[in-house]
Amino acid sequence: MCVVCGCGGDGATIVSPNGQSADHHHHHDHGHQSHDAAGPAHSHAPGLDAKRMIEIETDILSKNDRFAARNRARLAEEGAVALNLVSSPGSGKTTLLCATIAAIGARWPVAVIEGDQQTSNDADRIRAAGAPAVQVNTGKGCHLDAHMVGHAFEHFSDLSQRVLFIENVGNLVCPAAFDLGEVAKVAVLSVTEGEDKPIKYPDMFAASRLMILNKIDLAPHVDFDIDACEAYARRVNPEIEILRLSARTGEGMQAWLDWIAQRRADALEAAAAAAEAKGAALKAAADAARGL
Amino acid sequence: MHEMSLCEGVLQILEDEARRHDFKKVSKVRLEVGALAVVEPDALRFSFDVVMRGTVAEGAQLEIVNVDAEAWCFDCCDTVPIASRLDDCPRCNGSRLKPTRGDELRIKDLEVA
Repeated sequence: MCVVCGCGGDGATIVSPNGQSADHHHHHDHGHQSHDAAGPAHSHAPGLDAKRMIEIETDILSKNDRFAARNRARLAEEGAVALNLVSSPGSGKTTLLCATIAAIGARWPVAVIEGDQQTSNDADRIRAAGAPAVQVNTGKGCHLDAHMVGHAFEHFSDLSQRVLFIENVGNLVCPAAFDLGEVAKVAVLSVTEGEDKPIKYPDMFAASRLMILNKIDLAPHVDFDIDACEAYARRVNPEIEILRLSARTGEGMQAWLDWIAQRRADALEAAAAAAEAKGAALKAAADAARGL
Repeated sequence: MHEMSLCEGVLQILEDEARRHDFKKVSKVRLEVGALAVVEPDALRFSFDVVMRGTVAEGAQLEIVNVDAEAWCFDCCDTVPIASRLDDCPRCNGSRLKPTRGDELRIKDLEVA
């Protein structure tokens, strides 16, 4: 167990890209404000043990959100873009990822973090598809949190310019509440499920930027009302983008790749602008040092 | 059942605060829970009692303060009250709403000794 941040208590285990179980040798450069934040001077009178009220106004998810902000900053600096794929079990997330990795080929560096309660089956499939993958087993946990994902980062040789796919635990409820530092949540829904899932599980579709309607090749064989499903999704999230695709036949894959390319271009441009600004500040400091 | 890990988050905050404000016992926790927060109050209460056992907040009372939700209506171009993400605009009956308040999940204050 990590004594600095107390991780390990969450029951998660992480398996590296080489498939070996990691012994959690992470670097402790993170701030851990919550451990050592200096509070106001204590002013209680001795012997006075009366009940008192303390206003703390603290978000319950603030700790997760701090780790998520760290992850986001780290990715932004590297020009990397993380997509958090959420869905119920069996929607085809892993198949979609394998097809996506094959379609991207050597054009962009990719990486995958696989979240499941148990087994490394999905990470094995991703590695077979040609991408480095880290498996996070959440044990009894029903979602990935930002702390687990931050530790998973350490198992990749680098994150530079990568498209990082985070396949969350199959669950349309809990992962909605946990920011991992991603650019967008992508909800994957297959036509073999019910078309009313966006209104049955509105939080997830409200939190997602893109909904992928997967297994679209099966649509003629099932009673799934695509238009109704899309209307439901827009009802809980008027801004949601929607793509119809089949990971099996490749239909719609190009639009998905274009969507990823746009997110990647935005991330790279932002990282370039930040690097240029930093370069300009360093240059100005150098000029000042020379007395120019 | 992420209510369990939410309560573990609450416990961590309480333990941090116990060190900071030098208290030994929490007798009451007031939580603000928005109408749209991804949380089930009954599951939260159950998890709270389980997670707090043997800690600084063992037996503490959990008071849930409900926070009403609001949304921006793209048709009215105004903020309107809603009760759930599936509500239509109470003014124009339109369905193009974007919630702007109601996902709070916050510890408001503590009663400690």
